[in-house]
Amino acid sequence: MALPTYDEVIAQWDPVLGLEVHVELNTKSKMFCSCATEFGAEPNTQTCPVCLALPGALPVVNEKAIESTILIGLALNCKIAPYSRFARKNYFYPDMPKNFQISQYDEPICFDGYVDVEIDTEEGPKQFRIEIERVHMEEDTGKSLHVGGATGRIHGADYSLLDYNRAGIPLVEIVTKIVPGTGKYAPEFAKAYVAELRDILRGLKVSDVKMEQGSLRCDANVSLKPIGSDVLGTRSETKNVNSLRSVERAIRGEMIRHAELLNDGKKVKQETRHFQEDTGLTRSGRSKEQAEDYRYFPDPDLVPVTPSATWIEGLRATLPERPSLRRKRLKEEWSVPDKEMQAMINADVLDIVEATVLLGADPTKARTWWLGEISRIANDQNVAVADLSITPADVAELVALVAAGELTDKLARQVVEGVIAGEGKPSEVVAKRGIKVVNDDGALMAAIEKVCTEQAETAEKVRGGHLPAAGALIGAVMKETKGQADAAKVRELLLKHLGQG
Amino acid sequence: MSSLSRDDVAKLAGLARIEMTESELVELSSQFGMILDAVARVQEMDLSGVKATSHPQPLENIARPDVVLPSLSPEEALSGAPAQEESRFRVPQILGEAE
Repeated sequence: MALPTYDEVIAQWDPVLGLEVHVELNTKSKMFCSCATEFGAEPNTQTCPVCLALPGALPVVNEKAIESTILIGLALNCKIAPYSRFARKNYFYPDMPKNFQISQYDEPICFDGYVDVEIDTEEGPKQFRIEIERVHMEEDTGKSLHVGGATGRIHGADYSLLDYNRAGIPLVEIVTKIVPGTGKYAPEFAKAYVAELRDILRGLKVSDVKMEQGSLRCDANVSLKPIGSDVLGTRSETKNVNSLRSVERAIRGEMIRHAELLNDGKKVKQETRHFQEDTGLTRSGRSKEQAEDYRYFPDPDLVPVTPSATWIEGLRATLPERPSLRRKRLKEEWSVPDKEMQAMINADVLDIVEATVLLGADPTKARTWWLGEISRIANDQNVAVADLSITPADVAELVALVAAGELTDKLARQVVEGVIAGEGKPSEVVAKRGIKVVNDDGALMAAIEKVCTEQAETAEKVRGGHLPAAGALIGAVMKETKGQADAAKVRELLLKHLGQG
Repeated sequence: MSSLSRDDVAKLAGLARIEMTESELVELSSQFGMILDAVARVQEMDLSGVKATSHPQPLENIARPDVVLPSLSPEEALSGAPAQEESRFRVPQILGEAE
Protein backbone atom coordinates (compact mmCIF):
# COMPACT_ATOMS: atom_id res chain seq x y z
CA MET A 1 0.00 0.00 0.00
CA ALA A 2 1.30 3.44 -0.93
CA LEU A 3 2.25 5.93 1.73
CA PRO A 4 -0.47 8.48 2.40
CA THR A 5 0.33 11.98 1.18
CA TYR A 6 0.88 14.69 3.78
CA ASP A 7 -2.47 16.27 2.85
CA GLU A 8 -4.22 12.94 3.44
CA VAL A 9 -2.53 12.63 6.83
CA ILE A 10 -3.62 16.03 8.09
CA ALA A 11 -7.16 15.61 6.73
CA GLN A 12 -7.65 12.79 9.23
CA TRP A 13 -5.06 13.12 11.97
CA ASP A 14 -4.00 15.75 14.46
CA PRO A 15 -0.29 15.69 15.39
CA VAL A 16 0.89 16.13 18.98
CA LEU A 17 4.54 17.07 19.52
CA GLY A 18 7.03 17.03 22.34
CA LEU A 19 10.51 18.44 21.80
CA GLU A 20 13.63 17.85 23.85
CA VAL A 21 16.59 20.00 22.98
CA HIS A 22 20.05 19.38 24.38
CA VAL A 23 22.46 22.30 24.43
CA GLU A 24 26.16 22.01 25.16
CA LEU A 25 27.20 25.07 27.14
CA ASN A 26 30.35 26.90 26.03
CA THR A 27 32.01 26.97 29.43
CA LYS A 28 35.79 26.65 29.36
CA SER A 29 35.80 23.73 31.80
CA LYS A 30 33.52 20.73 32.29
CA MET A 31 30.39 20.54 34.46
CA PHE A 32 31.89 18.81 37.49
CA CYS A 33 35.65 18.96 36.93
CA SER A 34 38.28 21.36 35.56
CA CYS A 35 39.04 19.55 32.29
CA ALA A 36 38.95 21.63 29.11
CA THR A 37 36.01 21.42 26.70
CA GLU A 38 37.72 22.09 23.33
CA PHE A 39 35.88 20.56 20.37
CA GLY A 40 37.97 18.24 18.20
CA ALA A 41 40.88 17.68 20.63
CA GLU A 42 42.91 14.45 20.37
CA PRO A 43 41.09 11.50 22.02
CA ASN A 44 41.22 11.26 25.81
CA THR A 45 43.38 14.36 26.29
CA GLN A 46 40.67 16.16 28.29
CA THR A 47 39.91 13.71 31.08
CA CYS A 48 40.62 13.40 34.79
CA PRO A 49 39.69 11.15 37.70
CA VAL A 50 36.27 12.87 38.02
CA CYS A 51 35.07 12.49 34.42
CA LEU A 52 36.65 9.03 34.15
CA ALA A 53 34.88 8.02 37.37
CA LEU A 54 37.99 6.79 39.11
CA PRO A 55 37.40 5.73 42.72
CA GLY A 56 37.30 8.52 45.28
CA ALA A 57 36.95 11.38 42.82
CA LEU A 58 34.56 14.11 43.91
CA PRO A 59 32.53 16.26 41.48
CA VAL A 60 32.16 20.02 42.12
CA VAL A 61 29.72 21.96 40.00
CA ASN A 62 30.84 24.72 37.62
CA GLU A 63 29.40 28.07 38.75
CA LYS A 64 29.31 29.47 35.22
CA ALA A 65 27.20 26.49 34.08
CA ILE A 66 24.61 27.24 36.76
CA GLU A 67 24.60 30.90 35.76
CA SER A 68 24.17 30.01 32.07
CA THR A 69 21.30 27.64 32.86
CA ILE A 70 19.51 30.29 34.90
CA LEU A 71 19.99 32.76 32.03
CA ILE A 72 18.46 30.24 29.63
CA GLY A 73 15.54 29.68 31.98
CA LEU A 74 14.92 33.41 32.33
CA ALA A 75 15.12 33.95 28.56
CA LEU A 76 12.52 31.19 28.11
CA ASN A 77 10.19 32.88 30.62
CA CYS A 78 10.70 30.13 33.20
CA LYS A 79 10.43 30.25 36.95
CA ILE A 80 13.74 29.61 38.71
CA ALA A 81 13.63 27.09 41.54
CA PRO A 82 14.94 28.51 44.83
CA TYR A 83 16.10 24.97 45.69
CA SER A 84 17.13 22.28 43.26
CA ARG A 85 19.28 19.19 43.36
CA PHE A 86 21.29 16.92 41.13
CA ALA A 87 20.23 13.31 40.74
CA ARG A 88 21.93 10.20 39.46
CA LYS A 89 20.36 8.59 36.42
CA ASN A 90 21.58 5.01 36.56
CA TYR A 91 22.21 3.00 33.42
CA PHE A 92 24.97 0.88 31.99
CA TYR A 93 26.43 2.07 28.77
CA PRO A 94 30.10 2.54 27.96
CA ASP A 95 29.71 6.23 27.01
CA MET A 96 29.22 7.03 30.73
CA PRO A 97 32.15 5.65 32.72
CA LYS A 98 30.38 6.18 36.06
CA ASN A 99 27.45 3.96 35.02
CA PHE A 100 25.23 6.88 35.88
CA GLN A 101 24.75 10.33 34.46
CA ILE A 102 24.49 13.28 36.82
CA SER A 103 21.25 15.00 35.85
CA GLN A 104 18.26 16.56 37.55
CA TYR A 105 15.06 14.65 38.16
CA ASP A 106 12.09 16.00 40.09
CA GLU A 107 13.76 19.29 41.05
CA PRO A 108 14.89 20.98 37.82
CA ILE A 109 16.46 24.42 38.19
CA CYS A 110 14.01 26.11 35.76
CA PHE A 111 10.37 25.25 35.00
CA ASP A 112 7.10 26.51 33.48
CA GLY A 113 8.20 28.78 30.65
CA TYR A 114 7.23 29.44 27.04
CA VAL A 115 8.60 30.48 23.67
CA ASP A 116 6.51 32.32 21.08
CA VAL A 117 7.27 31.42 17.50
CA GLU A 118 6.04 32.74 14.20
CA ILE A 119 6.03 31.11 10.78
CA ASP A 120 5.22 32.39 7.31
CA THR A 121 2.48 30.42 5.57
CA GLU A 122 0.53 30.86 2.38
CA GLU A 123 -2.30 32.04 4.65
CA GLY A 124 -0.02 34.73 6.11
CA PRO A 125 2.09 34.78 9.28
CA LYS A 126 0.99 32.43 12.08
CA GLN A 127 2.01 32.58 15.74
CA PHE A 128 2.15 29.77 18.26
CA ARG A 129 3.17 29.58 21.90
CA ILE A 130 5.27 26.53 22.78
CA GLU A 131 5.17 25.87 26.51
CA ILE A 132 8.31 24.79 28.33
CA GLU A 133 8.02 22.11 30.98
CA ARG A 134 11.53 22.32 32.38
CA VAL A 135 15.14 23.30 31.81
CA HIS A 136 17.65 21.21 33.70
CA MET A 137 21.39 20.66 34.02
CA GLU A 138 23.23 17.47 33.22
CA GLU A 139 26.47 16.27 31.67
CA ASP A 140 27.27 15.04 28.18
CA THR A 141 28.48 11.53 27.43
CA GLY A 142 31.64 10.25 25.74
CA LYS A 143 31.93 9.56 22.05
CA SER A 144 31.84 5.99 20.69
CA LEU A 145 33.45 4.67 17.56
CA HIS A 146 32.01 1.32 16.47
CA VAL A 147 34.50 -0.96 14.80
CA GLY A 148 33.73 -3.88 12.51
CA GLY A 149 30.43 -5.03 11.09
CA ALA A 150 29.16 -3.98 7.72
CA THR A 151 28.03 -0.43 8.35
CA GLY A 152 30.10 1.12 11.12
CA ARG A 153 26.90 1.24 13.14
CA ILE A 154 26.50 -0.07 16.64
CA HIS A 155 24.47 -3.04 15.43
CA GLY A 156 26.79 -5.83 14.40
CA ALA A 157 29.96 -3.97 15.40
CA ASP A 158 32.72 -6.23 16.75
CA TYR A 159 33.73 -3.80 19.49
CA SER A 160 33.69 -0.10 20.28
CA LEU A 161 36.28 2.56 21.11
CA LEU A 162 35.57 5.31 23.61
CA ASP A 163 36.85 8.88 23.81
CA TYR A 164 35.80 10.59 27.04
CA ASN A 165 36.75 14.16 26.10
CA ARG A 166 33.06 15.01 25.78
CA ALA A 167 32.04 13.11 28.92
CA GLY A 168 31.14 15.71 31.53
CA ILE A 169 30.72 18.74 29.26
CA PRO A 170 27.82 20.80 30.66
CA LEU A 171 24.58 19.99 28.96
CA VAL A 172 21.28 21.76 29.39
CA GLU A 173 18.10 19.94 28.46
CA ILE A 174 15.09 22.02 27.46
CA VAL A 175 11.86 20.03 27.46
CA THR A 176 8.54 21.29 26.10
CA LYS A 177 5.18 20.39 27.52
CA ILE A 178 3.02 18.27 25.24
CA VAL A 179 2.33 20.48 22.23
CA PRO A 180 -1.11 19.91 20.71
CA GLY A 181 -2.87 22.19 18.26
CA THR A 182 -0.16 22.90 15.71
CA GLY A 183 -2.22 21.03 13.09
CA LYS A 184 -0.81 20.86 9.62
CA TYR A 185 1.96 23.32 10.47
CA ALA A 186 3.47 20.99 13.11
CA PRO A 187 6.75 20.47 11.19
CA GLU A 188 7.15 24.21 10.49
CA PHE A 189 6.36 25.27 14.06
CA ALA A 190 8.81 22.70 15.42
CA LYS A 191 11.52 24.02 13.12
CA ALA A 192 10.68 27.62 14.05
CA TYR A 193 10.87 26.68 17.74
CA VAL A 194 14.34 25.16 17.41
CA ALA A 195 15.46 28.15 15.30
CA GLU A 196 14.14 30.60 17.91
CA LEU A 197 15.85 28.62 20.70
CA ARG A 198 19.09 28.71 18.73
CA ASP A 199 18.82 32.49 18.29
CA ILE A 200 17.98 33.03 21.96
CA LEU A 201 20.93 30.88 23.08
CA ARG A 202 23.26 32.63 20.66
CA GLY A 203 22.07 36.00 21.97
CA LEU A 204 22.80 34.84 25.53
CA LYS A 205 26.30 33.72 24.41
CA VAL A 206 25.97 30.55 26.51
CA SER A 207 26.55 28.02 23.71
CA ASP A 208 28.09 27.78 20.25
CA VAL A 209 24.72 26.36 19.10
CA LYS A 210 26.28 24.57 16.15
CA MET A 211 23.85 21.82 15.20
CA GLU A 212 26.35 20.24 12.80
CA GLN A 213 28.89 19.87 15.64
CA GLY A 214 26.25 18.55 18.00
CA SER A 215 26.26 21.47 20.44
CA LEU A 216 22.50 21.77 19.80
CA ARG A 217 20.57 18.54 19.32
CA CYS A 218 16.86 17.92 19.07
CA ASP A 219 14.83 14.83 19.94
CA ALA A 220 11.32 14.96 18.48
CA ASN A 221 8.39 13.10 19.99
CA VAL A 222 5.48 12.70 17.59
CA SER A 223 2.09 11.07 17.96
CA LEU A 224 -1.16 11.29 16.05
CA LYS A 225 -4.73 11.39 17.31
CA PRO A 226 -7.90 11.43 15.24
CA ILE A 227 -9.02 15.03 14.65
CA GLY A 228 -11.38 16.04 17.45
CA SER A 229 -10.22 13.29 19.81
CA ASP A 230 -8.82 13.98 23.28
CA VAL A 231 -7.01 10.67 23.52
CA LEU A 232 -3.28 10.85 22.79
CA GLY A 233 -1.82 8.30 20.41
CA THR A 234 1.35 6.30 20.96
CA ARG A 235 4.46 8.37 20.38
CA SER A 236 7.78 7.67 18.76
CA GLU A 237 10.91 9.56 19.75
CA THR A 238 13.29 10.52 16.94
CA LYS A 239 16.78 11.13 18.29
CA ASN A 240 19.54 13.55 17.44
CA VAL A 241 18.03 15.48 14.61
CA ASN A 242 20.98 17.60 13.60
CA SER A 243 19.77 20.48 11.45
CA LEU A 244 16.79 22.80 11.34
CA ARG A 245 15.70 21.32 8.04
CA SER A 246 15.93 17.83 9.53
CA VAL A 247 13.59 18.81 12.38
CA GLU A 248 10.94 19.63 9.81
CA ARG A 249 11.63 16.56 7.67
CA ALA A 250 11.77 14.14 10.59
CA ILE A 251 8.42 15.27 11.99
CA ARG A 252 6.72 15.26 8.61
CA GLY A 253 8.16 11.80 7.91
CA GLU A 254 7.04 10.41 11.26
CA MET A 255 3.52 11.84 10.80
CA ILE A 256 3.26 10.03 7.46
CA ARG A 257 4.71 6.79 8.88
CA HIS A 258 2.33 6.81 11.86
CA ALA A 259 -0.68 7.55 9.64
CA GLU A 260 0.19 4.66 7.35
CA LEU A 261 0.33 2.25 10.31
CA LEU A 262 -2.87 3.59 11.84
CA ASN A 263 -4.75 3.61 8.52
CA ASP A 264 -3.82 -0.07 8.11
CA GLY A 265 -5.25 -0.81 11.55
CA LYS A 266 -1.77 -1.41 12.95
CA LYS A 267 -0.30 0.06 16.11
CA VAL A 268 2.50 2.57 16.45
CA LYS A 269 5.26 1.06 18.57
CA GLN A 270 6.58 3.24 21.37
CA GLU A 271 10.26 3.33 20.53
CA THR A 272 13.32 5.41 19.88
CA ARG A 273 14.03 6.05 16.20
CA HIS A 274 17.07 7.47 14.44
CA PHE A 275 16.75 10.11 11.74
CA GLN A 276 18.68 9.40 8.55
CA GLU A 277 19.91 12.52 6.85
CA ASP A 278 20.21 10.94 3.37
CA THR A 279 16.71 9.50 3.02
CA GLY A 280 14.82 11.75 5.44
CA LEU A 281 13.35 8.58 6.99
CA THR A 282 13.75 7.22 10.50
CA ARG A 283 15.07 3.82 11.47
CA SER A 284 13.96 1.83 14.49
CA GLY A 285 16.32 1.98 17.44
CA ARG A 286 15.86 0.88 21.00
CA SER A 287 12.39 -0.46 21.78
CA LYS A 288 10.77 1.17 24.78
CA GLU A 289 8.30 -1.65 25.44
CA GLN A 290 10.03 -2.29 28.71
CA ALA A 291 9.82 0.89 30.71
CA GLU A 292 13.34 2.06 31.53
CA ASP A 293 14.25 1.96 35.16
CA TYR A 294 16.85 4.62 35.85
CA ARG A 295 16.45 4.53 39.65
CA TYR A 296 17.05 8.26 40.02
CA PHE A 297 18.16 9.41 43.46
CA PRO A 298 19.73 12.62 44.77
CA ASP A 299 23.48 12.62 44.16
CA PRO A 300 25.13 12.39 47.58
CA ASP A 301 28.38 13.91 46.23
CA LEU A 302 26.72 17.22 45.33
CA VAL A 303 24.88 19.72 47.48
CA PRO A 304 21.66 21.58 46.65
CA VAL A 305 21.73 24.63 44.36
CA THR A 306 19.85 27.51 45.98
CA PRO A 307 20.29 30.64 43.85
CA SER A 308 19.44 33.82 45.73
CA ALA A 309 16.74 36.13 44.44
CA THR A 310 19.36 38.87 44.18
CA TRP A 311 21.53 36.76 41.92
CA ILE A 312 18.56 35.76 39.74
CA GLU A 313 17.32 39.35 39.41
CA GLY A 314 20.86 40.49 38.63
CA LEU A 315 21.00 37.96 35.80
CA ARG A 316 17.54 38.93 34.57
CA ALA A 317 18.75 42.51 34.23
CA THR A 318 21.48 41.38 31.82
CA LEU A 319 19.12 39.54 29.44
CA PRO A 320 19.56 40.73 25.86
CA GLU A 321 16.66 41.75 23.67
CA ARG A 322 14.56 38.76 22.56
CA PRO A 323 15.60 37.79 19.00
CA SER A 324 12.08 37.96 17.57
CA LEU A 325 11.57 41.45 19.02
CA ARG A 326 14.99 42.54 17.83
CA ARG A 327 14.18 41.41 14.29
CA LYS A 328 10.92 43.37 14.39
CA ARG A 329 12.70 46.47 15.69
CA LEU A 330 15.49 46.32 13.11
CA LYS A 331 13.00 45.71 10.30
CA GLU A 332 11.17 48.91 11.26
CA GLU A 333 14.26 51.02 11.95
CA TRP A 334 15.82 50.05 8.65
CA SER A 335 12.53 49.96 6.67
CA VAL A 336 13.47 46.61 5.17
CA PRO A 337 10.99 44.67 3.04
CA ASP A 338 9.98 41.21 4.40
CA LYS A 339 11.83 39.36 1.70
CA GLU A 340 15.11 41.20 2.31
CA MET A 341 14.77 40.76 6.07
CA GLN A 342 14.31 37.02 5.57
CA ALA A 343 17.29 36.94 3.22
CA MET A 344 19.47 38.56 5.92
CA ILE A 345 18.27 36.06 8.54
CA ASN A 346 18.84 33.12 6.19
CA ALA A 347 22.32 34.39 5.31
CA ASP A 348 23.00 34.92 9.02
CA VAL A 349 24.23 38.49 8.50
CA LEU A 350 21.84 40.33 10.82
CA ASP A 351 24.44 40.85 13.57
CA ILE A 352 27.11 41.99 11.17
CA VAL A 353 24.77 44.40 9.32
CA GLU A 354 23.64 45.86 12.63
CA ALA A 355 27.26 46.36 13.69
CA THR A 356 27.93 48.13 10.37
CA VAL A 357 24.92 50.42 10.79
CA LEU A 358 25.98 51.23 14.35
CA LEU A 359 29.27 52.46 12.85
CA GLY A 360 27.32 55.01 10.86
CA ALA A 361 26.59 53.22 7.56
CA ASP A 362 23.28 53.63 5.80
CA PRO A 363 21.21 50.47 6.57
CA THR A 364 20.29 49.80 2.95
CA LYS A 365 23.87 50.22 1.75
CA ALA A 366 25.23 48.07 4.61
CA ARG A 367 22.71 45.34 3.86
CA THR A 368 23.43 45.43 0.12
CA TRP A 369 27.16 44.94 0.65
CA TRP A 370 26.85 42.09 3.14
CA LEU A 371 24.08 40.28 1.27
CA GLY A 372 25.46 40.97 -2.19
CA GLU A 373 29.13 41.14 -3.06
CA ILE A 374 30.47 39.87 0.27
CA SER A 375 28.04 36.92 0.49
CA ARG A 376 28.91 36.05 -3.09
CA ILE A 377 32.63 35.90 -2.28
CA ALA A 378 31.89 33.87 0.89
CA ASN A 379 29.87 31.41 -1.21
CA ASP A 380 32.66 31.12 -3.77
CA GLN A 381 35.17 30.39 -1.00
CA ASN A 382 32.68 28.11 0.76
CA VAL A 383 33.03 29.90 4.10
CA ALA A 384 30.67 31.82 6.36
CA VAL A 385 30.44 35.57 5.81
CA ALA A 386 31.61 36.11 9.38
CA ASP A 387 34.78 34.12 8.67
CA LEU A 388 35.97 36.48 5.91
CA SER A 389 38.55 39.03 6.99
CA ILE A 390 36.30 42.00 6.14
CA THR A 391 34.77 43.70 9.19
CA PRO A 392 31.76 45.93 9.85
CA ALA A 393 34.22 48.84 10.24
CA ASP A 394 35.62 48.15 6.73
CA VAL A 395 32.15 48.13 5.19
CA ALA A 396 31.17 51.30 7.06
CA GLU A 397 34.32 52.97 5.71
CA LEU A 398 33.54 51.73 2.21
CA VAL A 399 29.99 53.09 2.35
CA ALA A 400 31.37 56.44 3.52
CA LEU A 401 33.92 56.54 0.64
CA VAL A 402 31.16 55.88 -1.91
CA ALA A 403 28.90 58.50 -0.31
CA ALA A 404 31.73 61.05 -0.47
CA GLY A 405 32.09 60.35 -4.20
CA GLU A 406 35.61 58.99 -3.76
CA LEU A 407 34.58 55.56 -5.03
CA THR A 408 31.96 54.37 -7.50
CA ASP A 409 30.07 51.16 -6.68
CA LYS A 410 32.16 49.37 -9.24
CA LEU A 411 35.44 50.57 -7.76
CA ALA A 412 34.16 49.77 -4.27
CA ARG A 413 33.73 46.14 -5.33
CA GLN A 414 37.43 46.02 -6.20
CA VAL A 415 38.18 47.46 -2.77
CA VAL A 416 36.05 44.74 -1.12
CA GLU A 417 38.08 42.11 -2.96
CA GLY A 418 41.27 43.76 -1.78
CA VAL A 419 40.15 43.89 1.85
CA ILE A 420 39.12 40.21 1.76
CA ALA A 421 42.44 39.35 0.12
CA GLY A 422 44.18 40.84 3.15
CA GLU A 423 45.48 44.04 1.54
CA GLY A 424 44.34 46.13 4.50
CA LYS A 425 41.56 48.53 5.32
CA PRO A 426 39.56 50.10 2.45
CA SER A 427 41.61 53.34 2.48
CA GLU A 428 44.81 51.29 2.33
CA VAL A 429 43.49 49.19 -0.56
CA VAL A 430 42.50 52.37 -2.40
CA ALA A 431 46.01 53.79 -1.93
CA LYS A 432 47.88 50.56 -2.76
CA ARG A 433 45.86 49.77 -5.87
CA GLY A 434 45.77 53.40 -7.02
CA ILE A 435 42.01 53.27 -7.27
CA LYS A 436 40.37 56.62 -7.70
CA VAL A 437 37.33 58.13 -9.26
CA VAL A 438 38.04 60.25 -12.32
CA ASN A 439 36.27 63.43 -11.35
CA ASP A 440 38.60 65.72 -13.15
CA ASP A 441 36.33 67.44 -15.70
CA GLY A 442 39.19 67.79 -18.19
CA ALA A 443 39.94 64.07 -18.29
CA LEU A 444 36.25 63.26 -18.47
CA MET A 445 35.63 65.77 -21.28
CA ALA A 446 38.50 64.26 -23.26
CA ALA A 447 36.91 60.83 -22.96
CA ILE A 448 33.46 62.21 -23.84
CA GLU A 449 34.75 63.98 -26.92
CA LYS A 450 36.59 60.84 -28.03
CA VAL A 451 33.49 58.68 -27.65
CA CYS A 452 31.25 61.22 -29.41
CA THR A 453 33.63 61.26 -32.37
CA GLU A 454 33.82 57.47 -32.54
CA GLN A 455 30.04 57.09 -32.27
CA ALA A 456 29.07 60.19 -34.17
CA GLU A 457 25.74 58.72 -35.33
CA THR A 458 24.60 58.00 -31.78
CA ALA A 459 25.84 61.37 -30.59
CA GLU A 460 23.78 63.01 -33.33
CA LYS A 461 20.63 61.23 -32.11
CA VAL A 462 21.17 62.57 -28.61
CA ARG A 463 21.86 66.02 -30.01
CA GLY A 464 18.52 65.68 -31.79
CA GLY A 465 16.75 65.08 -28.45
CA HIS A 466 16.64 61.26 -28.38
CA LEU A 467 17.90 60.93 -24.79
CA PRO A 468 17.70 57.11 -24.36
CA ALA A 469 20.55 56.83 -26.87
CA ALA A 470 22.82 58.54 -24.30
CA GLY A 471 23.07 55.26 -22.36
CA ALA A 472 25.35 53.68 -24.92
CA LEU A 473 27.64 56.73 -24.90
CA ILE A 474 27.80 56.84 -21.10
CA GLY A 475 28.70 53.14 -21.11
CA ALA A 476 31.50 53.79 -23.58
CA VAL A 477 32.87 56.68 -21.49
CA MET A 478 32.82 54.49 -18.38
CA LYS A 479 34.74 51.87 -20.30
CA GLU A 480 37.18 54.47 -21.55
CA THR A 481 37.84 55.60 -17.97
CA LYS A 482 38.08 51.98 -16.73
CA GLY A 483 35.06 52.37 -14.48
CA GLN A 484 36.79 55.05 -12.45
CA ALA A 485 34.32 57.76 -13.37
CA ASP A 486 31.13 58.59 -11.60
CA ALA A 487 28.32 57.67 -14.00
CA ALA A 488 26.04 60.51 -12.86
CA LYS A 489 28.78 63.03 -13.46
CA VAL A 490 29.49 61.56 -16.92
CA ARG A 491 25.83 61.81 -17.83
CA GLU A 492 25.69 65.43 -16.74
CA LEU A 493 28.78 66.43 -18.72
CA LEU A 494 27.79 64.38 -21.78
CA LEU A 495 24.32 65.88 -22.06
CA LYS A 496 25.75 69.36 -21.63
CA HIS A 497 28.31 68.63 -24.35
CA LEU A 498 25.53 67.56 -26.72
CA GLY A 499 23.40 70.57 -25.97
CA GLN A 500 20.86 68.71 -23.85
CA GLY A 501 22.09 69.74 -20.36
CA MET B 1 7.76 -7.63 58.18
CA SER B 2 8.36 -6.40 54.70
CA SER B 3 10.27 -8.45 52.22
CA LEU B 4 11.57 -8.42 48.72
CA SER B 5 10.80 -11.41 46.54
CA ARG B 6 13.55 -13.46 44.96
CA ASP B 7 12.45 -12.07 41.58
CA ASP B 8 12.73 -8.47 42.84
CA VAL B 9 16.31 -9.14 43.85
CA ALA B 10 17.04 -10.83 40.55
CA LYS B 11 15.72 -7.73 38.71
CA LEU B 12 17.84 -5.37 40.84
CA ALA B 13 20.89 -7.54 40.27
CA GLY B 14 20.22 -7.39 36.53
CA LEU B 15 19.93 -3.59 36.61
CA ALA B 16 23.20 -3.36 38.55
CA ARG B 17 24.87 -5.91 36.25
CA ILE B 18 25.74 -8.16 39.19
CA GLU B 19 25.70 -11.89 38.60
CA MET B 20 24.19 -13.82 41.53
CA THR B 21 23.64 -17.46 42.34
CA GLU B 22 20.22 -18.82 43.27
CA SER B 23 21.18 -19.14 46.93
CA GLU B 24 22.49 -15.55 47.01
CA LEU B 25 19.21 -14.31 45.57
CA VAL B 26 17.22 -16.08 48.28
CA GLU B 27 19.57 -14.99 51.06
CA LEU B 28 19.59 -11.37 49.94
CA SER B 29 15.82 -11.17 49.64
CA SER B 30 15.49 -11.69 53.40
CA GLN B 31 18.40 -9.33 54.17
CA PHE B 32 16.82 -6.61 52.03
CA GLY B 33 13.63 -7.19 54.04
CA MET B 34 15.48 -6.43 57.26
CA ILE B 35 16.97 -3.25 55.79
CA LEU B 36 13.57 -2.08 54.57
CA ASP B 37 12.09 -2.75 58.04
CA ALA B 38 14.81 -0.70 59.66
CA VAL B 39 14.21 2.22 57.31
CA ALA B 40 10.45 1.88 57.73
CA ARG B 41 10.79 2.79 61.40
CA VAL B 42 11.66 6.32 60.33
CA GLN B 43 8.25 6.57 58.73
CA GLU B 44 6.58 5.90 62.12
CA MET B 45 7.87 9.21 63.40
CA ASP B 46 6.20 12.59 62.92
CA LEU B 47 8.45 14.21 60.33
CA SER B 48 6.18 17.02 59.20
CA GLY B 49 8.35 20.09 58.98
CA VAL B 50 11.55 18.10 58.41
CA LYS B 51 13.04 18.59 54.97
CA ALA B 52 14.15 15.55 53.01
CA THR B 53 17.89 15.14 53.45
CA SER B 54 20.21 14.00 50.70
CA HIS B 55 23.47 15.10 52.24
CA PRO B 56 24.76 14.71 55.80
CA GLN B 57 26.18 18.25 55.86
CA PRO B 58 23.80 21.22 55.72
CA LEU B 59 25.70 22.75 52.81
CA GLU B 60 24.38 24.59 49.77
CA ASN B 61 25.85 26.17 46.65
CA ILE B 62 29.30 24.64 46.70
CA ALA B 63 30.64 25.54 43.27
CA ARG B 64 33.94 26.15 41.51
CA PRO B 65 34.90 28.93 39.11
CA ASP B 66 34.99 28.05 35.40
CA VAL B 67 38.75 27.60 35.20
CA VAL B 68 40.60 24.92 33.24
CA LEU B 69 43.23 22.89 35.06
CA PRO B 70 45.57 20.33 33.46
CA SER B 71 44.01 16.98 32.59
CA LEU B 72 45.60 13.55 32.73
CA SER B 73 47.75 12.57 29.77
CA PRO B 74 46.06 10.00 27.48
CA GLU B 75 48.61 7.45 28.70
CA GLU B 76 47.66 8.09 32.33
CA ALA B 77 43.96 8.11 31.50
CA LEU B 78 44.22 4.77 29.69
CA SER B 79 46.63 3.14 32.14
CA GLY B 80 43.86 1.27 33.95
CA ALA B 81 41.96 0.23 30.85
CA PRO B 82 41.74 -3.54 30.26
CA ALA B 83 42.04 -2.86 26.52
CA GLN B 84 42.85 0.18 24.41
CA GLU B 85 43.27 1.10 20.76
CA GLU B 86 44.12 4.41 19.04
CA SER B 87 44.23 6.26 22.40
CA ARG B 88 40.70 5.11 23.12
CA PHE B 89 39.18 2.74 25.64
CA ARG B 90 38.27 -0.49 23.87
CA VAL B 91 35.04 -2.10 25.08
CA PRO B 92 33.33 -5.34 24.03
CA GLN B 93 30.42 -5.39 21.59
CA ILE B 94 27.59 -3.24 22.96
CA LEU B 95 24.60 -4.50 20.93
CA GLY B 96 24.18 -7.62 18.79
CA GLU B 97 22.82 -7.63 15.25
CA ALA B 98 19.71 -5.55 14.67
CA GLU B 99 16.59 -7.67 14.93
